[in-house]
Amino acid sequence: MGATIPDIIEAIHLEKTFGSIKAVDGISFAVKKGEVFGFLGPNGAGKTSTMKIIACVSPRTSGTLRVFGMDPDISPAEIKQRLGVVPQETNLDPDFTCYGNLFTYSRYFDIPPDAAQKKAEELLEFVQLSEKRDVTVEKLSGGMKRRLILARALVNNPDLLILDEPTIGLDPQARHLIWERLKLLQAQGNTIVLTTHYLDEAERLCDRLVIMDNGKILVEGSPADLVKKYVGNEIVEVEKTPDVLSCLEKNRIPFEITGDTVQIATESSRDVARVLFDHCSPHKVLTRPATLEDVFLKLAGRKLRE
Amino acid sequence: MQHFWSVPRITRRAWKVWHRNIVVFFRTWKVNFFPPLIEAFLYLFAIGLGIGSYVREIEGIPYVNFIAPAILAISVMNSAFFECTYGSYVRMYYQKSFDAMIATPLSIEDVIAGELLWGATRSLLYVIIMLPVLAAFGVISLPLSLLAIPLAFLGGLMFAGIAMCFTAVTPSIDTLNYPSFLLITPMALFSGTFFPVTLMPVLFQYIALALLPLTHLVAIMRMLTLPALTGMLVLHLIWILIVTAIFCIIAINLMRKRLIV
Ligand SMILES: Nc1ncnc2c1ncn2[C@@H]1O[C@H](COP(=O)(O)OP(=O)(O)O)[C@@H](O)[C@H]1O
Ligand SMILES: [Mg+2]
Repeated sequence: MGATIPDIIEAIHLEKTFGSIKAVDGISFAVKKGEVFGFLGPNGAGKTSTMKIIACVSPRTSGTLRVFGMDPDISPAEIKQRLGVVPQETNLDPDFTCYGNLFTYSRYFDIPPDAAQKKAEELLEFVQLSEKRDVTVEKLSGGMKRRLILARALVNNPDLLILDEPTIGLDPQARHLIWERLKLLQAQGNTIVLTTHYLDEAERLCDRLVIMDNGKILVEGSPADLVKKYVGNEIVEVEKTPDVLSCLEKNRIPFEITGDTVQIATESSRDVARVLFDHCSPHKVLTRPATLEDVFLKLAGRKLRE
Repeated sequence: MQHFWSVPRITRRAWKVWHRNIVVFFRTWKVNFFPPLIEAFLYLFAIGLGIGSYVREIEGIPYVNFIAPAILAISVMNSAFFECTYGSYVRMYYQKSFDAMIATPLSIEDVIAGELLWGATRSLLYVIIMLPVLAAFGVISLPLSLLAIPLAFLGGLMFAGIAMCFTAVTPSIDTLNYPSFLLITPMALFSGTFFPVTLMPVLFQYIALALLPLTHLVAIMRMLTLPALTGMLVLHLIWILIVTAIFCIIAINLMRKRLIV
């Protein structure tokens, strides 16, 4: 028999309902060892509900789920012993300092005091909070709090990191600092599951991702493959005028209208641009590489979400 | 309904929650140790010596000696009850501590059990602080009164369980005021604390004995501090044990229902 490495997470037809709301609507996915797997989707898509089910803090309504080959309904403590969780909502302990938060949390994992102490100092260094070691958490900025939560998720050397919106509400500098740390963890071979509604974050960090909406998985793949498959290589944007529209139709070039620009997804922007300039007398033409955002907007529609 | 009665599975990890709370308590020990001391003095002077100079004796017992066990029992009730209502609610709702804890190998059952054990421990600590004051005034007997310490833990656990049931169902921190005013305050007055239960109309006596947990705690406390042991002690103890078990079990199940969705 071939020695296949079992998946870290295996979910089949996972469902979660809150009363009449279907927060998670029959999703299936598998996360392999050592990969960074993303859940991308707008608010209310069901990402947090999915993370909570995996983290064994919220029971699934139906479906099959194995984490490290174990069932969260049966062996929650064994699974949680090997998890590191960054929840969407910051829940550091305000009665303790930065160091105290890490040390106290270590105790919940049965880590001996000596080892916990050493690890706490190491992790403060890792998230660049050594200077704030003895500061109570209320005095930290939002970015520092998120970093401390990341450090807290690492006290038990987890085999799987679950990050729910790791950079939510942070300014660009603070986000970059977290991304940098996550990249390091990724390079060390950690298995990471993360959710985000920032497309750039997903594109930057994930080896593989799913796009979720309304509790369902719309697509799955690597960011590059998804862009290629659903949009193409490049996007040509041109100002919307009646001339341009009729011209594109005449030349049978598919396009999409967003506000007052026309977007054309293509494998070759040069060809499209040539047609435009030769036949359509465009005002402004812009060419850019296609991104996950284009995939997302194409799949999830452009309707405004609150 | 059966859901509320099923005996929860609690592991030794509950003590980690207890440990977290006791660390915080001792770090701010100055703030935490004074209230019971002051309370003991206040009660002794205002009621014991103030009212006591008029009442002098109840049932042949000096009035200060009569209320000394009540001071202990009320302190047991208050410290556990307020810890597991306002204290636990703040940790649960505002600090999200329980959410953080259940992301570790701790289960919600462990967390709530740890909170209950901590509430009981707080009662025990308060009695340990108050005993020397009462002993110094010579209003309790030694060494039998030392048994007030383990009794404080049991009584504390009972009030912690009752408190946690309210915490589990309260819609906000303000509505926790209702059990405080409607249950705890009357209980402090009508449970054979500052006057014997037998002074009340017979119907009220039965109500006090059947329904007021503090009545039983005061009764045992008084047997220890006077001392005046009788066989009734066993009945009071059994009453407390049963009620403690029931409320602790329901509290944990209600909390799971509230927090695990
Ligand atoms: N505890 C809950 N009770 C009721 N509805 C909930 C609860 N948690 C989440 N929901 C609902 O489930 C849906 C998915 O929410 P969530 O998983 O938080 O999405 P996301 O994390 O992608 O923003 C939303 O409609 C949300 O309102
Ligand atoms: Mg979310």
